[in-house]
Amino acid sequence: MSGLKREGDHVHRLEALRGITPQQPHDARAIAALAANPGCTRRALMDGAGIDKDAAARHLGFPAPFGQSPFAITRGNMFEALVKADGCAELLRMLRELLGLPVAEVSYHDVENVGAHLRHAHTRALIDRAAREGQDAGTLYDHPLLSLDIAGHTAYLEPDVVAFQLGGRFHIVEIKSFAVIDGQADPSAVAAAARQAAVYVLALRNLLEELGHDPLKVSHDVVLVCPENFANRPVATLVDVRKQLAVLRRQLTRMTTLDRLLEELPDDLSFDLRPDEDGRPTRPVAELADALRRTTARYAPDCLSACDLCFFCRDEARQEGASDLLGRQVRDELGGVASVAEALGLADGTRDPAEGQEEIARLLRNAERLRRECLN
Amino acid sequence: MSLLTSLARLRALDEGIAQPIATVRHFHLSQRPMVFIPLKLSGEAAAPLAAMLGSDRERPHLFVVTQPRNRDLRFAWTAEVAGVLLPYIESFTNDTETVERRNADPYERALDAPQIIVPNQAGVAFTRLLGRSTRFRSTEGPYPVPESVPLLGRWLTYFAERAAYPGSSLMPAATEELGRHWASGQSGLEDANLAALLGWITTGPSDEAEDPLIWPPAGPATDPGFDAEVLAPAIESESAERITEALRTQLEPTWRLMWQAIDLLAALPEGASVAQRWEQDRGSFSGMAVHISEGAPPQARRDGAVAAAAKLARMERAQAAYDVQRAYDDPLVMAEYRLTGEAFAGEVVETVPDNTEGEGRSRKLRPLVVIKTDDPVLLPPGTSLGTPQRRGQGAELVEAGQGLVTLKITKGMGRGKTPAPGAVPEIGERVCYTSLTDDFQGSPALPEAEATPWTHGGPPQEYVPDDEDAQEEWS
Ligand code: SF4
Repeated sequence: MSGLKREGDHVHRLEALRGITPQQPHDARAIAALAANPGCTRRALMDGAGIDKDAAARHLGFPAPFGQSPFAITRGNMFEALVKADGCAELLRMLRELLGLPVAEVSYHDVENVGAHLRHAHTRALIDRAAREGQDAGTLYDHPLLSLDIAGHTAYLEPDVVAFQLGGRFHIVEIKSFAVIDGQADPSAVAAAARQAAVYVLALRNLLEELGHDPLKVSHDVVLVCPENFANRPVATLVDVRKQLAVLRRQLTRMTTLDRLLEELPDDLSFDLRPDEDGRPTRPVAELADALRRTTARYAPDCLSACDLCFFCRDEARQEGASDLLGRQVRDELGGVASVAEALGLADGTRDPAEGQEEIARLLRNAERLRRECLN
Repeated sequence: MSLLTSLARLRALDEGIAQPIATVRHFHLSQRPMVFIPLKLSGEAAAPLAAMLGSDRERPHLFVVTQPRNRDLRFAWTAEVAGVLLPYIESFTNDTETVERRNADPYERALDAPQIIVPNQAGVAFTRLLGRSTRFRSTEGPYPVPESVPLLGRWLTYFAERAAYPGSSLMPAATEELGRHWASGQSGLEDANLAALLGWITTGPSDEAEDPLIWPPAGPATDPGFDAEVLAPAIESESAERITEALRTQLEPTWRLMWQAIDLLAALPEGASVAQRWEQDRGSFSGMAVHISEGAPPQARRDGAVAAAAKLARMERAQAAYDVQRAYDDPLVMAEYRLTGEAFAGEVVETVPDNTEGEGRSRKLRPLVVIKTDDPVLLPPGTSLGTPQRRGQGAELVEAGQGLVTLKITKGMGRGKTPAPGAVPEIGERVCYTSLTDDFQGSPALPEAEATPWTHGGPPQEYVPDDEDAQEEWS
């Protein structure tokens, strides 16, 4: 397997966790999603082992509720094609305005022309040369292939993005098809785009560092290109992704220090789906479910929009009667009382507060008294 | 969310059925509401796909854009929707009452106002975009549209903006209103699913609510599976009938849920302050109707700096008033303030009805009341208090401790030497007092629109839509 570093025990342990299941390559979206629930061991382990969580969830009988409409896909492709048409002519026009490009001539470099297997090496060489020469002319690199180390594995990132160099600084360009209307866009869509772009910024910075250049040559301001208003005309905006970068780095560090998590695992634990020749999982469902349950999850309703395993983990939380089901806000309000039965016991006075629970118990008893009084 | 609501959610989860978090209805429910369920084409900002709407639950109108990418059909669709919504809206403008005002001319206020109910917040957001994409359209020039299209655009913009105004009932979202009155045993995120939330309130949770084959999403986004397997082939076939019937299957279940939600909410008695807020809605609606009839231009794309600040200040005041009014109207909402020590309730154990302060002519009646309460009272002496039981009165906290609170009534006692009958609570009466009062500072001194400082963009230009607006692509 290319890019796999055979160093450190934990890589072997992760391989063992995966068994004969082929490794699921990480794309930027998946890597960005890693940061969605940093506290979850189950997810960290499955991602670290490179297990296809979507396939696992399907096999477990809890398919993820994510799907993309063919209309949305078509629209996205159409818009990207429009922005990139004629050697990115439209994109160049916008960049000139947005970044105050002084040069009339901008060169365009399509890395894809060299063929897939060479793309990464070619990208490296191009970026290296650009950074070395510090050339001032703006250059667009279309279809670059970047890489990022995820828990000992190299993930290749095939961005629909273009790395753009100007005055010795690189900018990541991210093309999205959600609309900016009168200067405003759906905040959750912008946030997702920023998280994804941060992955590319980090990958490009790592690349520069490896090549002995200053990683900060990659700007933390990414260029977000979206359709404006109700037409197809693209508009570019700068988005600062420093915050997303910090979160991403923290999570990746955590993934590379999986050792401690791995040490605590029983030796026979495996997430192997045991796919047959056609790739269909053959592992008995109960066995796989059992294996997953032996790792600690940290379910929160946010998982419903971020993790393929969400229905499985929600079901588990239901069976455990976990107050996590109701959302972080409720959980915080309960001051860490984790189970529904415990919280209700404290409210009813049928359970004595443990040490440190006196205050929340008093509040819950009071709340219960008030509810009863008002509803009778 | 308060701890009280959190507790209700826990109880709901434990008992498998939603729990009430309100004892009265906190919004106005029209006798003749208009239900509006729009659907949009996935991946597009505001490309309408279909809508089911109407004020008669037995006879919904269904309008479909049979080729969603065809811009003429979109405008034709908008005109069809306008054909139902505009007569509904205009039917409220004729019957009015004259309202006298201090320092201003009297004005005419509609006796009743339209109410357009959408399934969820996303429905409001889509309504806003639909308004934005149609209100600048021109009835002449290169891309003429029917007159009703820009007119509907202005009304939709108005309703969607009003939906953001705290306490307004002109465009409620069903999931929001249900969620304000019941706590389900799921997260707030999951409450945005109308079928799931109604399930919790009526029969208890079921996985069916999340199965798009049984309960299609309440819009405006459609189910991606439906898009791929049903809608795309239907559009491919170019059969208008097939597309229409496909979309009917996606809208009809939600139509039924919407009326179920309305019935549930109608069964709650209306809160005491609801009529007052609806009166503001009626006034606002009449203002908009006059605006339109006088030929004012469509709403600007963006508010000017002063208008935006003024709006924000107005919304903050409305939010504060709405919070206080709900607490006064509903003991279960007031209980949240009792829990945090900002209100207390209990039984009157002692009174001095003829207590007075001052001498001679400035002598005033200040009855004393002692209340026994189980609530934790965290208010310091001297705090001004109000009470839902006697809204015209004001009181002041004298002392509190050991489950007893002494207060004196300072406002609303009249000029008599002895209190009017019933003005002072009797021993044994249950009363509630709170530091929340519906008495807010006036509007912050904002410059008039013409005097916008240049730092904020100078005086706003009156918005005049240009040809570019009217011809803006809608692809
Ligand atoms: S869905 Fe499960 S595995 Fe995924 S992040 Fe949430 S708790 Fe962890």
